[in-house]
Parts: sequence; C-alpha cells; structure tokens
Amino acid sequence: MTEDPRKNIGARGSGNRARSATPSTAARSLAGGTAARKAPVKAKKPAPDAEAVSGATAAKQATPKSAGAKSATPKAKPKATSTGPKAVGATGSASASPKKPRAAAHAATPQEKIGEASTAGRSRPRLRAVTDDDAARAAAAAAEEAARRTRAAGSTPTPAGIPIDEIFTAVAQAAQRVIGSNWEARLAELLSVVRRRLGGDYTVDEFGFDPQITEVLVGAVEPLAEKWFRLEVRGVENIPTDGGALLVANHSGTVPIDGIMTGYAVKKYTGRDLRPLGADLVFALPFVSQMARKLGATLACTEDAERLLTTGELAGVWPEGFKGIGKPFAERYKLQRFGRGGFVSSAMRAQVPIVPVSIVGAEEIYPLIGNVPAVARFLGLPYLPVTPFFPLLGPLGLIPLPSKWIIEFGEPIRTDAYEPEAADDPMLLFNVTDQVRETIQQTLYALLVDRGSAFF
Amino acid sequence: MGRVALVTGVSGAFATLVARRLADESDVDKVVGVDTVLPAGDITGVKFVRADIRTPVIGKVMAVEDVDTVVHLDLSPSMRGRAVGKELNVIGTMQVLAACQRSSVVGKLVLGSSSAVYGTSPRDPAMFRESTAARGGVRTGFPKDVVEVEAYARGFARRRPDVLITTLRSAQLLDPVIASPMSQYFRNPVLPAALGFDPRLQLVHVEDLVAVMAEAVRRDRPGTFNVAGDGVMLLSQAARRLGRPILPLPPFGFATGARRVVRAAGSDLSPDLHRILMYGRAMDTSALREVFGYDPTYSTEQVFEQFRAALRPGVLAMMGGRR
Repeated sequence: MTEDPRKNIGARGSGNRARSATPSTAARSLAGGTAARKAPVKAKKPAPDAEAVSGATAAKQATPKSAGAKSATPKAKPKATSTGPKAVGATGSASASPKKPRAAAHAATPQEKIGEASTAGRSRPRLRAVTDDDAARAAAAAAEEAARRTRAAGSTPTPAGIPIDEIFTAVAQAAQRVIGSNWEARLAELLSVVRRRLGGDYTVDEFGFDPQITEVLVGAVEPLAEKWFRLEVRGVENIPTDGGALLVANHSGTVPIDGIMTGYAVKKYTGRDLRPLGADLVFALPFVSQMARKLGATLACTEDAERLLTTGELAGVWPEGFKGIGKPFAERYKLQRFGRGGFVSSAMRAQVPIVPVSIVGAEEIYPLIGNVPAVARFLGLPYLPVTPFFPLLGPLGLIPLPSKWIIEFGEPIRTDAYEPEAADDPMLLFNVTDQVRETIQQTLYALLVDRGSAFF
Repeated sequence: MGRVALVTGVSGAFATLVARRLADESDVDKVVGVDTVLPAGDITGVKFVRADIRTPVIGKVMAVEDVDTVVHLDLSPSMRGRAVGKELNVIGTMQVLAACQRSSVVGKLVLGSSSAVYGTSPRDPAMFRESTAARGGVRTGFPKDVVEVEAYARGFARRRPDVLITTLRSAQLLDPVIASPMSQYFRNPVLPAALGFDPRLQLVHVEDLVAVMAEAVRRDRPGTFNVAGDGVMLLSQAARRLGRPILPLPPFGFATGARRVVRAAGSDLSPDLHRILMYGRAMDTSALREVFGYDPTYSTEQVFEQFRAALRPGVLAMMGGRR
C-alpha cells in the first residue's frame, strides 16, 4: 500500500498514515490477509459522523447484503467513502461496499433509501456520503430513527410513531426469558442461596476455590466473551473430560484477561473448572489475591501444580509469565521464553497430558505502547502499562478494545510414555518445552490468518 | 517397663491436658510436669516440679526423676513482648536439649512445634508439606523462634542419634476453653481483617492434638509431622458463621491497626497473627495419616463449629439464618 494511484482522488496523506499506524492494519498485514485487497477502495470524501457511530454490529450485519450489492454495481468504487474512523476497523471491503449501491442510485431520495435499507436488514443508509451535506444529515437522522425502531420492535419496519405495544411486548418477553415461568421457586432458591452465603454455610477446597462464586463470574463474563470479544473456541474435544491435564497457553494483553477467557471457555464447553496457576504477585495484591483464590487459582509452583494434577484437576499455566503479558504491542504473537520448563516436569511427574492452548485476540485488548519503569518499581509491579487510551482517558482507558478472539485447544501431548523419573532429565524437559512452544506458535500464525482483521 | 515422662510448660492449658493424658497411659509410670507457675487446671497423677527451663535446674530435675521421655511443649507466642518470648522459647529449648544430651537415660523427645515454622507469605504453596522450606515471614517474632528451636532440635539429633525425635507441627488450636491466639481473636465483637485479603485458615481440635502427642510418646514415630484438621476455612466465612462483622483495615500497617482496634475492645491480638490474617497458612497432613498412622477426627469446619456453638452469637447472626 505504499503507492496508491487513487491517493490524490480523496484521501489525504494523513488519513493514509493514520491507517498504517493502526493496530488492525498491522495485525492484518501480519496475517497476510485482507489488507492488500482493501487498499484500492479509497476514500473520496470524509463522512466521519456517519461512520463513527456505526458500531461493530452494524458493519457486520451489513455484510451479507453488501456482497450482492457490490457485484451489481461494480463501477461505484470511486465514490465509496471511508475515512478517519476506519482506524476502528470499519475499512473492510464488506463494510465499505454498502455505500456503493446507493452511490449508483444517487438520484433516489434519501427517504426511499431508508425504507429499502431497513427492510433489507438494518444496514445503515447514513453511511452514504451524499454530495449535499444537509441532505446527508437529514438522511442520517431519519435512519437513526428507523434503526432504533427496528431494533426495539423486531425486524419489520413500522410506520412513524412510537410503537408502545411492541416495546411492551418485547420487555415482557425479556422478563420472561430472564425470570422464567416458575419464578416463585427460583426466587426462593436464590434467597436461600443468599442466606447460606451470608451465614458462611458453604465450603471451599484446600486451595480456597469457591465454586459458587466462580459460577456467578462465568455468567458475568459471558457477555464480554460472546458479544464483546466474539470468542470462537476450537478443539474443545482435546480437553480431557475427566482426569488431570495441564493446559499450557500463550500469555498476552497487559492484563490477564486471557486466563479468565480460557477458564470461561473450558467451563462452557466441558463443564469442568480450570484451575489457573498464577504468579506470586497475584497473591500479594489485595483484592486480586482474594478473588484469585476463590476462582480456583493457586501459586505456580511445583508443589501446587502436582497437587492439582495428581488429584485429577484441570490446571492451566501461562509459562511466559510477565514477559509475555507485558511485552510491547510491536512484539505481539511472538512467544517469549517458556519459563524454565517446570510445567513439563510437573505434568510428567503426575503423568498427565499437556494440552497446548493458543489464544488469539488478547494481544489487541490493551495495546502496550509504553512503560513507566520508575513508577512500576515504586509500586512493586513488573511494569506499568501505557496504552493508547489508558492514562490518557483515565478509567475509560480500562475498557478493553473489542478484538476478535479465537482460542484453540490443540492436540494433547502425552507424557505418560515417559517414566516419572524422566522429569529429572533437563534435556528431555527442554525438548518437550520447545515442542509445546512451537506447537502454540505455529497455531497462532494459522489462527491469525484465519481471523483476518483484528477487530472485524 | 516403666517410663517417666517430663512435660515442660505444664501450666499451659494444653500442656496440662497432655500431662493428664500421659498420666492415664498404662505404660507411663510417672509424669513430671515442670513450669514456673502453678497449673490452674487439674493435674491429678502428675508430679509438679516448680522449675525454670531457662536455667540448668531442668537438668537436675531430669537426673533426679530418671526421665526417659521429654515432651517439650513450652513454646508459645508471648504476649509480654518479644524479649520474654524469645527467652522462653529459644533459651528454654536450648537448656532442655542440653539436659537431654547430658542425660544417658533420655531415649525420646517429642517437640510440640508449630506451623509457624513455615512462615507466611504470598509466595507460599497452598499446602505445606513437611519438607517445604519457609519462603518468607520467618524473620521476626514467633516464627523465627520456632525455626531456631527446630534447628536446635536437628542439631541435637545429630549429636544424639540414639534419641528418637518426633516433631509435631500443629496448626492453629481453636477451643472454647483453652486460650489460644485464634480463640482470642474470634472472641472479639468486631474482627479486624486486612482489606482485600481473605486468608485460608486451618484449625486443629485439641483432642486430636493431645491424642497425637500421646501416640508419639506411646509408640516410636521419629520424624516431623504436620497436625491439622481436614480442609480450610476462609476468614470471611468464619466471621459470617460467627455473625461477627469484619472490620477491614488497610493492609499497609495492618499489624498496628488491628492491634489498636482489638485493644480498644478490651482484648489483645497475639503478635504474628496478623500475618496469618493476611496470607493464611495451610498444611498437608498426608504424612500424619500414612507414616504416623493417625487420622484427625475433627475437620477444620467441625473444630470451628464446636467453638462457635460455645460462643454467644454475634450481632449479625440473625442475617445468616444459623440458630
């Protein structure tokens, strides 16, 4: 994308530069996918207000329609508009194309187009950049209204006016879904659980694992995983349904959300509890330590790992540790050293398989672009992250970016072929460590290609 | 064959129970109890000798009574300041061991140690085994004393390999009658705790501990064993069961803060307990079951339930719906 023939048509140099600096493009080029295809679709005129509001969902929903529309009007290309907000990732050929048919049918009035768009399935007609600014604004306002109504009442477009009865029906249905039909029994059950919790009438295991709290957290994490990260899980059949196993995963993302997501995926698809092994810092920090223990985590040391594995638990380990999670964004998806290979010896002693887990998507949630070592040292932390939004936007910067996640559970590497005494052979340990590391690295590359764009 | 057992620190409530239990044993002829103050409890069948284990007098007592089994229980976190505690724990143990080394009759030493030897830190494994080394929290106070005492005991074992040494590391004792750091803590109307920490607590029932001590005297079980009830409880869970509110204090300066609060309530907080209240401590008892051959009868929860039942319910008790 260095020499773009259409550069002088519309997009200013600044727009181009901004795009080349964005994480999504960089990730795309790493994946070797859509970036090249996308380059010719060039901006003619900026319409930032329209595009900025169209969230991930709108672009996604527009996709099926655009495919057909694009073939119908191939010559609309130069008119397609895509600008500054493409940094968010809306530049995909799919999201750019819904504008094309409308560019061709330019003569039609905005009102007609709105009707057509909402029937076709909620694509946003206001993405269209009309030559006349006022007309565009009016179209955007009308489209907003139409889209809102569509969202509230269902897929059928409704005439003007607020459809109170339909909203009421929707609320009632939602309440029905949440509460269920036998709400009295469920409420009583909930109250008794709360009562037992308040009375301390529950048990934790010797690691401090509290299954009830974990269940609540899994429920709380579900929207984040499914809607925000659009988590895709592959290779669930590789997780043993019973008996011990050691899940070894890559670590990234500045904040260990990948651990929570892996635990969520394991719980959702196998019903088993993942017992993460954490660094000692986790257990020194207030609140973090207490939550970690209740969620089943324990210290990443040989004693605890072997205790978990020999009792048939599913333990998870992120051997890269702080080197992996705190690496700069420029080094994303490059695996760091896998600790000292202690996880292999633990698995061998316990004679349990090692399941390599490759997590794609965590790298983009908080792109680490800087570090403040002096403050980090003062606070006793391994690093103090600076992300594009973190200190800048304050607490708002703590919202993870909505990257697309894929977690793949690889084929288990058996360790029961070795004697338990083999755990004392360092060369063998290094070999197996390398094998696990290579497997994860190669899977990461493949998943990156599969995923395409990081955010859309 | 008649045996003569010596119990040090016999005026302590727990040591009194052990001495009474030994006196009831058929193969123990005589039990000699040593302490500086008169025991408050019942010591029927125990010969009480008023002696200070910090002086060489203890050697004379052992020579006069022909003691062949020494049960050293005079280890405790002192409420009267660091210097006194160290004097009693470390210097007292040195004197007792010196006397044992000199005596040709002594054939067995039972050391009533504590889980404090493992220290407490965030780098600890979930469950301590007997072979696990302390990773932090043993540089001051009672844990440091216990580490030193066990080091002296190991030195003694090297010099007198013919003496059987059983070291019993007990978890926190909790009993409605016997005073212990934990029972003192849980009797407070408000429980100070470190904000953001919820430690795992492991308790042991006094009956189990006494039985293990007696077993160690009766049979030959050389080695080191953890003694604790099964399972763990969280501090928050324990507080809810008691119905007593937790008072969260900042972790930084928690030791001082907690002590202030507890003293204002008219009680006192045992030193070194604040570490456990932050990071907790739990031990693995598989060696006790498999090697020593004793199954603890009370789990941590049962120990706590007994304690709770004997206590007046706290102000929040009605919330939880427990009797």
